[in-house]
Amino acid sequence: MSPIHSIYHFYRDGFRSMTLGRTLWKVILIKLFVMFGILKLFFFQDFLANNFETDEQRAAHVLNELTPETIKHNSFQED
Amino acid sequence: MVDSIDLTMVNWARAQFALTAMYHWIFVPLTLGLSFLCAFFESIYVKTGNQEWRRLTQFWMKLFGINFAIGVATGIILEFEFGTNWSNYSWMVGDIFGAPLAIEGIVAFFLEATFFAVMFFGWDRVSERFHLFSTWMVAIGSNLSALWILIANGWMQYPVGQSFNPDSARFEMQSFFEVALSPIAISKFTHTTSSGFVTACLFVISVSCWFLLKKQHLVFARRSIIVASIFGLLSSIFVGITGDEAAYEVAQHQPMKLAAMEGLYHGERNAPLVVAGILNPHKVVGDNQKDYVFSIKVPGLLSYLGNRDIDSFIPGIFDLVYGNKKENIIGAEEKIEKGTIAVSQLAAFKKARKDQNSEQADLALKEFNTHKKYLGYGYLNDPKEAVPPIGITFYSFHIMVALGTMFVAIFLLFLFLSFKNRLENNQLILKGGLFLFLSGLLAGQAGWAVAEVGRQPWAIQGLLPVTIARSNLDTATVQITFFGFLILFTILLIAEIKIMTKQIQIGPEEK
Repeated sequence: MSPIHSIYHFYRDGFRSMTLGRTLWKVILIKLFVMFGILKLFFFQDFLANNFETDEQRAAHVLNELTPETIKHNSFQED
Repeated sequence: MVDSIDLTMVNWARAQFALTAMYHWIFVPLTLGLSFLCAFFESIYVKTGNQEWRRLTQFWMKLFGINFAIGVATGIILEFEFGTNWSNYSWMVGDIFGAPLAIEGIVAFFLEATFFAVMFFGWDRVSERFHLFSTWMVAIGSNLSALWILIANGWMQYPVGQSFNPDSARFEMQSFFEVALSPIAISKFTHTTSSGFVTACLFVISVSCWFLLKKQHLVFARRSIIVASIFGLLSSIFVGITGDEAAYEVAQHQPMKLAAMEGLYHGERNAPLVVAGILNPHKVVGDNQKDYVFSIKVPGLLSYLGNRDIDSFIPGIFDLVYGNKKENIIGAEEKIEKGTIAVSQLAAFKKARKDQNSEQADLALKEFNTHKKYLGYGYLNDPKEAVPPIGITFYSFHIMVALGTMFVAIFLLFLFLSFKNRLENNQLILKGGLFLFLSGLLAGQAGWAVAEVGRQPWAIQGLLPVTIARSNLDTATVQITFFGFLILFTILLIAEIKIMTKQIQIGPEEK
C-alpha cells in the first residue's frame, strides 16, 4: 500500500472509530458556524475594510483619528 | 456602584475583550498543562510497558481532547474584536503582529494539527515510540502557539524594535529579534505557560481526589496525583522564579503598573513589599489620607525585587503623575506636554504633506521624532488618567501571589501524604482537593487582570491609549455583541463541563 493510501486509511479508520469524538466534532462545527457564519458575517465586520476601499484611505482615516482637531495646543500652528 | 461606571463604547469594548479573554483563559491553561502531563504519563507507560499507565494516559488524553475541542478557536474571537472594535489599533500594529502570528499559524498550528491525529487515532496503529513522539510534539506545539501570541502581548506592554511611520500611520518592525526576544515577552511566556502547567496539575489532583472520595480507580488516582504533584511542584517553583523576573521587568518598563500592584502612592528608598493589606477606598492621588486601612509589609523587599538593590528608589503613583526631580523621574504631567507636541507635529506633518510642502513636512517630522516617545500622553487630558484602576490591580496581584505560594505547599502536602499512604483516608484533604482546580483558574485570571488592567490606559504602553485605539462605533453595537458572546461562551462552558463530567464519571477504560 502506498504511503498516501496508508495515511488516507489511517484518518478514515480513525474518524470511523470515534465515539466521543463525534460529539466533539459536532460541537466544533456548530461553534465554527456560529463564529464565522453568524458573528463574523453580521456582527464583527472589519471596520476599516468595510468603510474604506484602499489602504491609503485607511491610513488617512487612522491619521485623522491620531490628530484630533481638539488637541489642547499646537505649537507648530502657533508659530 | 453602577452609577459610577462609565458606559461608553470604549468601556463596553474593553469589557467585551476582557470577557472573551477570561473565557479563553479557562481552556488554554488546561491545554498547555494537560498536553505535557499526557506526555509524562505516556513516557512512563512506554518505559515500563505497564498497561495501567496506558489506561491512565488514555483517560487524561480524552479530557485533554474535550478541552481542546471546546476551547479551540475561542481566541479567534479576540481577532474579530481587534478588527471591529479596535480598528485604529489593529491598523497601527498590523506590521508588528503579522510576523509573530503568521509564524504561529505556520509552525505551531501545523505541528500541533499533524500530530494530533496520531495522538488520538494512532494507538496500536503506529509504533509506541512514534505515538509517544506525537504526544510530545502536540505538547510542544500547543505551548509554541502560546509563545507567539504572548510575544505580541509583550510588545504591547513594551513596544521595542519598531518605528512609527507617519505616512502610513503604522508601527513598522525594525528588528524581529528585538520584538521576539523582548525581556517582557520572554518573562511573560515562561510565567504564563508555567502557570498553565500548575492549573492543569491542580485539575488532575481535583479529579483524582474525586475518585479517591468515591473509592474508585484507586491505583489510577494515586499515580495521577503523584505525577501531577511532582510536575506541579516544579512548575509552581518555576512560576515563582519567572514571576520575580516578570515583576523586575515591570519595575523597569512599567513603573506605574508596579506602583498600582503594590498600592504605592509615594515612592521611597528601601520600599517595602506589602504581603497583605486593605487599600483605603477613599484615597485619591495627591491627598493626605493614609494609603492602607491595614497592611503587613516587609521593609526593603520591593526595592530589592524591583531593582535588585534594597536601597534603590521605587517611584509611587504620585511621583509618576507629577514627577520627582530629586529622583530624576518625569511625571505624566510633563509627558503630556511632550506628547501634545508630538500629536500637534503629527498634525502639522499631515497638513504639510497635503499641501506638498516638503520643507514644513521635514521640520514637523523632526520635531515629532523628538517627542514621539510620549505620543500617547498627548491624548490624555489629565495626568491622573495615566493611573490604572488601583484596587483591581492591587487585589488581583495579591490574590495571585497568595494562591501561587499556597500551591507550592499544596503540591508538597499531596506528595508527602501520597508517599506516606495517608492520602486516601484523609477526607478533609480530599474534599479540599476538589476545589484546587478552581483556585488555579482564579490565580490565572487574577494574573491576567494584573497584566491588562495594570497597564491601563494604554493599548500600547505610552504610545496609544485605548480611547484612540478604538473604532468609531456606537455603543449599542458593542453591547449587542457583548451579550451575544456572553451567551455563546456560557453555552460552550456548560457543554465542556457536561461532557467532561460525564467522561470523568465513566472513568478510565476497564482492563
